[in-house]
Amino acid sequence: MKKAKVGNNKEFATPYTVTNAVTKGDFITKLSMLIMGLGNIAHKQIGKGICFLLVEAAYIWFMIKSGIYNLSMLPSLGWREQEKVWNEKKSIYEYTAGDQSLLLLLYGICTVFITLAFILVWRESVKSSYQAEVLAKNGKHLKTFKEDIKSLFDQNLYKLLLAAPLMGILVFTILPLVFMIAMAFTNYSKVDEHLVLFDWVGLANFAKILNFGDSIGRQFYSVLGWTLIWAVLATGLNFIFGMILAIVINRKDTKCKAFWRFCFVLSIAVPQFVSLLIMRSMLQPTGIVNTLLLKYGIIDMALPFFSSATWARATVVIINLWVGIPYTLLQVTGILQNIPGELYEAAKIDGANAVQVFFKITLPYMLFVMTPYMITQFTGNVNNFNVIFLLSGGNPTGVGDTAGKTDLLVTWLYKLTIDKNYYNLGAVIGIMTFIVLAIVALATYRNTASYKDEEGFM
Amino acid sequence: MTGKKKELTTGAKVRKKIVNVIVHVILAILAFIWILPIFWVVLTSFRAEKGSYVTTFFPKSYTLDNYIKLFTDTTILNFPLMFRNTFVIAIFTCIISTIFVLSVSYCMSRMRFKMRKPFMNVAMILGLFPGFMSMIAVYYILKALNMSEGSMIPIALIVVFSAGTGLNFYVAKGFFDTIPKALDEAAIIDGATRWKIFTNITVPLSKPIIVYTILTSFMAPWIDFLFAKVICRADAKYYTVSIGLWKMLEKEYIDNWYTSFAAGAVLVSIPIAILFLMTQKFYVEGMSGAVKG
Repeated sequence: MKKAKVGNNKEFATPYTVTNAVTKGDFITKLSMLIMGLGNIAHKQIGKGICFLLVEAAYIWFMIKSGIYNLSMLPSLGWREQEKVWNEKKSIYEYTAGDQSLLLLLYGICTVFITLAFILVWRESVKSSYQAEVLAKNGKHLKTFKEDIKSLFDQNLYKLLLAAPLMGILVFTILPLVFMIAMAFTNYSKVDEHLVLFDWVGLANFAKILNFGDSIGRQFYSVLGWTLIWAVLATGLNFIFGMILAIVINRKDTKCKAFWRFCFVLSIAVPQFVSLLIMRSMLQPTGIVNTLLLKYGIIDMALPFFSSATWARATVVIINLWVGIPYTLLQVTGILQNIPGELYEAAKIDGANAVQVFFKITLPYMLFVMTPYMITQFTGNVNNFNVIFLLSGGNPTGVGDTAGKTDLLVTWLYKLTIDKNYYNLGAVIGIMTFIVLAIVALATYRNTASYKDEEGFM
Repeated sequence: MTGKKKELTTGAKVRKKIVNVIVHVILAILAFIWILPIFWVVLTSFRAEKGSYVTTFFPKSYTLDNYIKLFTDTTILNFPLMFRNTFVIAIFTCIISTIFVLSVSYCMSRMRFKMRKPFMNVAMILGLFPGFMSMIAVYYILKALNMSEGSMIPIALIVVFSAGTGLNFYVAKGFFDTIPKALDEAAIIDGATRWKIFTNITVPLSKPIIVYTILTSFMAPWIDFLFAKVICRADAKYYTVSIGLWKMLEKEYIDNWYTSFAAGAVLVSIPIAILFLMTQKFYVEGMSGAVKG
């Protein structure tokens, strides 16, 4: 791994670094650390220089207008409570705007993000100034603004193509995530009415969740255990049954292959929340399944599909098979058709029987190709919100508990935040989910062939 | 000698036939189980009896009223409006996220730059966080951007559904990886820019994965109910289909709307199912690459 990193650095090595600019740059380059873009303007790269300068001006304007205040409020998260004040002139009560910790936290984090982005631009500008200086000194051609734009469509195409998607990811994925992670270290929760004003509490929430003696902590371990069992069962059973089904349909002697595939794949085509809601209503105590079974005297009492813990757990696992097997079927079918035919012919000539062929050729090939897919499936199942939420809703739930017997970490997270408004605990659960997944995924993913030997895919 | 051989083959043939029959019977049973819930919802959508409690599998009488109600009874739950909302949102989401996904995966597959590996690692790490953990935070960000009220809600939904899609580049990247690099190199020798290569060589060769990407991103707004619920809150004017269907199963509506829920479910599923079945080939191809091994 380390070797690859060094290689990676070497591949993109350039003499135009910030360190070099500081140590070897001339006066103008050094001055352009204060006035961004100066070096470029001095070397006739006026368009580029002005762009840098504008960025600097915008940043300074932003910091003066609100950035500095935002940063200064971050450590305290506000203290002014909303108050009623008697207005003599209008003779009414008026509310003074108090601090809203949530917004202060959000704005503070945004400011940190903007500052980090600014530092990146600043580094670019310093490098660019230094490059302009060196190139001008050696009498080499300096790129004009037009050429810079043109290069965005050629060797720098990635900058053009990645700009918008990266912005989207930054603002709507990374920023919210950092925001939520920050919440895990506060007392933002309905407990003691900390919904408007809240404070940093350090690791207290983590201690609460991990503490066996606490009722939340006890539930955490039971939910964690079930989440892991669920993820292993859901991933493993889906893979095994999906593979068997695909092989059976793909057999030479199976008639109407396309028809069978169509039947199974049809369930993917129905939106998941629709099919799951239908299943839920079918399996209710008064649903059609129980009604029919009672009517024909097969059972005396409605089956407790979602009201007994064991039944509920079995039900969600089985229904998840209904949801998941068609996906595996599609995947495996594609892979089966990709296995080189010569392998099978060679095995046939050597007199291998069907079982040997399966264990020596099909299965190893499948495992090789499917490992990354299985890891995604595993993480997807740990985070499988839909199946649990729509089917059992996490029930049955014990008295006084916040988590039910079929709740996964994610659905518990939903309940803690949306239903109970324990935002801080919810955030801690989210982080815990991440840690569990990170351990599993990184350990396995790093060992897969497709990660180690990306270029060797062909 | 020959007679014995013949006997053997007929014995093997009989065995084979039995195995075949068993296999087909099992397949039929399984297929029945898989089709059953779908069949059930179609039946329910034509059921004349109201309410969710019924005692027979097949309806006592059939009717089209459930569908008619869905489109005419717009006082409580305005299904046509929801359908239109979702359709508009889906189209914009589809355009934006397809561009995002294709751009990112092309860069990750074809270009080499310093931030490539770090970006891919970060993308993998981000994928490990529970998706809606950030949902509440997203809501507050939208609020701070003045996008959480009134007519901005559809735009907010489009942004939410498409902004982060750049992270879902793995499948498309895998596909691009299978297009021979020699094509690019030849084009570079001929003086083509990277942009030209992308638009004139890579994109035309990538029809399966483009169809796959368009399809998955078009479906996202139809099947998501969590984000839509959090962002629309009580503003029924901007509900998407999935919130509407979800509402129909709530306690106060279920008695009147259960059969219409089934009708709505059928209506939503039909276009998605048709799109999906038409492009199933692309779906499998997209997952397994352009060049067959």
